Amino acid sequence: MSKTNEAQVLCQESMALLKDIVKQHGSGGRKDELIEVLNEVQEKLGYVPYEAQKYIAETMNLPLAEIFGVVTFYSRFSLKPVGKYKIAVCMGTACYVKDAQKILDRFVELTGVQPGETSEDGLYSIVATRCIGACGLAPVITINEDVHGKLVVEDVDRLLEIYK
Amino acid sequence: MKTIADLKAIKEKHIYDIEMRRDHGVHKTDSVGNDKVRAHVMVCSGTGCTAGGAEKIITTFEECIAEKGISEEIKVVKTGCFGLCALGPIVIVYPEGVFYSEVKLENIPRIVEEHFIGGNVVKELVYPETLCKEDNSILPLDEVDFYKKQMRLALRNCGLINPDCIDEYIANDGYFAIAKCLTEMKPEEVIEVIKASGLRGRGGAGFPTGLKWGFAAKADTPDGQKYVACNADEGDPGAFMDRSVLEGDPHVLIEAMAIAAYSIGASYGFVYVRAEYPIAVMRLQRAIDDAREYGLLGKNVLGKGFEFDLEIRLGAGAFVCGEETALIRSIEGNRGEPKPRPPFPAVKGIFDRPTVLNNVETYANVPPIILQGADWFRGIGTEGSKGTKVFAVGGKISNVGLVEVPMGITLREVIYEIGGGIPNGKEFKAAQTGGPSGGCIPTEHLDAPIDFESLTALGSMMGSGGLIVMDEDNCMVDIAKFFLEFTVDESCGKCPPCRIGTKRMYEILERITEGKGEIEDIQKLEDLAETISANSLCALGQTAPNPVLSTLKYFRDEYEAHVSERRCPAGACRAMTSYHINEDCKGCALCIKACPADAITGERKAVHVIDQIKCVKCGACVLKCPFKAIVIK
Ligand SMILES: Cc1cc2nc3c(=O)[nH]c(=O)nc-3n(C[C@H](O)[C@H](O)[C@H](O)COP(=O)(O)O)c2cc1C
Ligand code: FES
Repeated sequence: MSKTNEAQVLCQESMALLKDIVKQHGSGGRKDELIEVLNEVQEKLGYVPYEAQKYIAETMNLPLAEIFGVVTFYSRFSLKPVGKYKIAVCMGTACYVKDAQKILDRFVELTGVQPGETSEDGLYSIVATRCIGACGLAPVITINEDVHGKLVVEDVDRLLEIYK
Repeated sequence: MKTIADLKAIKEKHIYDIEMRRDHGVHKTDSVGNDKVRAHVMVCSGTGCTAGGAEKIITTFEECIAEKGISEEIKVVKTGCFGLCALGPIVIVYPEGVFYSEVKLENIPRIVEEHFIGGNVVKELVYPETLCKEDNSILPLDEVDFYKKQMRLALRNCGLINPDCIDEYIANDGYFAIAKCLTEMKPEEVIEVIKASGLRGRGGAGFPTGLKWGFAAKADTPDGQKYVACNADEGDPGAFMDRSVLEGDPHVLIEAMAIAAYSIGASYGFVYVRAEYPIAVMRLQRAIDDAREYGLLGKNVLGKGFEFDLEIRLGAGAFVCGEETALIRSIEGNRGEPKPRPPFPAVKGIFDRPTVLNNVETYANVPPIILQGADWFRGIGTEGSKGTKVFAVGGKISNVGLVEVPMGITLREVIYEIGGGIPNGKEFKAAQTGGPSGGCIPTEHLDAPIDFESLTALGSMMGSGGLIVMDEDNCMVDIAKFFLEFTVDESCGKCPPCRIGTKRMYEILERITEGKGEIEDIQKLEDLAETISANSLCALGQTAPNPVLSTLKYFRDEYEAHVSERRCPAGACRAMTSYHINEDCKGCALCIKACPADAITGERKAVHVIDQIKCVKCGACVLKCPFKAIVIK
């Protein structure tokens, strides 16, 4: 547990955000609000740090181990911060049959970052995702909020020139 | 709070908006007393078209129209998916029904000038299939190949109304079904109608909906609490039917869940939506807020003494949470691990109370059945499968998008007539339905009717509606591997046959696609498949071997070629392929520029060569070569 769940001290700003979220979504004392709270933390902070789990455990009166269990079960929650550019390559079926694997491979090759990981310098995170509902544009990727579709391998080189 | 009389008044006020679009009617005075409106510009704002820039298209249209001083005459409306996602962003102009495809911002001033002011449709910019071959006139949309054989029932409001406008939903008979239930029908009569309609669940298993509601209605509850829930987790990794309904017609879900709640005696509901669907969540939340304001949700719905409210719960990216018992655990705030059934959710569901859980599309069928009757619905479809089914058609097919067809239509009609066939002159190889639990259907079964029974008989399944078309370039072993990788990733780990068994199958498939497979591996796959199917706890594991079994059934020769000849017949498995340039090369150097690995060399006007060590087999050169001189061996 310690490897990925090491203690980090949260900055004041994050702490304030966290308090707000728990107050808003998790103050009913209902266990079923937990995932709501975690979703919100993930969205606002970009990950679910150990400190946040501890705070949630205390205020929602739940065992920390249980929260850790929930966080690690769902793929949307991440224990580490994501990079400045989150490159999500759709590996949904429609994209896969249109060579999404080659697009993913090229990103990995050029950035040296494996799917699910973040580069040392915190610039890129690469993830393989499922259908993002833009199958008409397959193969599709998103970089942060931007959608890029109908890609061929050489577009990857071009995109990395833009996002750097 | 609105009463039924208020609903009627709202409908009356907005009906001309709907008629202009649905029936190509001439506009009369609109809801705000404006009688000048002569056209509606419907801009698709589904996920696909939004990715293509739909929001900017809306604002640009509005600006151009304002600039010309015709804002009172031309109304710009955002709407849900028209279905033809491959051609997005799409704009349809009513009353004529002119279909502009792949709209670019720079085209907009021209459309405004020539079409809206000059009265001449810009034919260069319309979807060519909507032009009559003989006289180049605009065809009505229901005569266009893509729409001709479709029947939009669950999708009836997608592309017709503004999903953020509750009044437009009401104008197309929205909330009149719940009104009818509350005023004219007893709860058990509602269940009888749904039973009689023959409606079956659209989430995958096809369980009769009325029967499920009947169980929940009869089930005991200690404190009188029961729940209704909607499965909007849409786990099939290549599909987006449910998302399109949520984005294009969110109120239908609220109305249908209220009907289900009324019929079983529930007063509260949950919609479990994937967090990866932000637009859908936003529209649904807005719809819930608006419905509350109108008193269509709350303590006293329509003033008829019925209490119902609901909330959205976000999933967090676990496929297994689409399985009903896992979904319920997730709603309760736990890890989404399935539980053995029985007890079924209809008896013991959310917080151990009786719960009706249905899929989005299942619910979308409910209001029309209540309004138009069970017999009408029974008249559509086949003996065992009534009504329509929505498919997200993708892959190697021209018209990638969303289609809704009556049950019983053949795959051939969907792929060749509606879907426009396989692009780039390639051969059809197989269609995959049912996602990771389903299978592949080869050419010889293209004429099989699409219904629950016949797809199962072919070794696939209806599934939730993903339909992926594959051509000669797709390797079937690789596709089986793709789905197994998915299951390995998504297995919750609770039961060993699924957790370990699927991993073993994946490893074997990986070996085979890397050219290291042995002939015994095929037998091993079959043995593992049997064990996993028979012993897994939930349907995720039980159905996980299906993609392997069905590809083995129809494409065994491909597996054999991989293991005995170390050859991938489709040329897709990297380890067994290499790229070569043949004598047709004219030495144009385009491939040299395209190659990301600098693996190609050669003088101008002389045949180029590929350095096999540097080559990363990405295929970029093949796409660029104008002479088709690069071959995969
Ligand atoms: C692994 C697995 C994943 C599932 N995913 C979904 C899903 O994404 N959406 C869905 O509606 N049903 C899904 N189902 C089916 C549900 O368990 C359930 O049968 C369905 O929601 C019931 O609704 P219906 O009767 O309206 O189809 C899944 C089942 C399994 C076993
Ligand atoms: S499969 Fe990639 S967007 Fe649908």
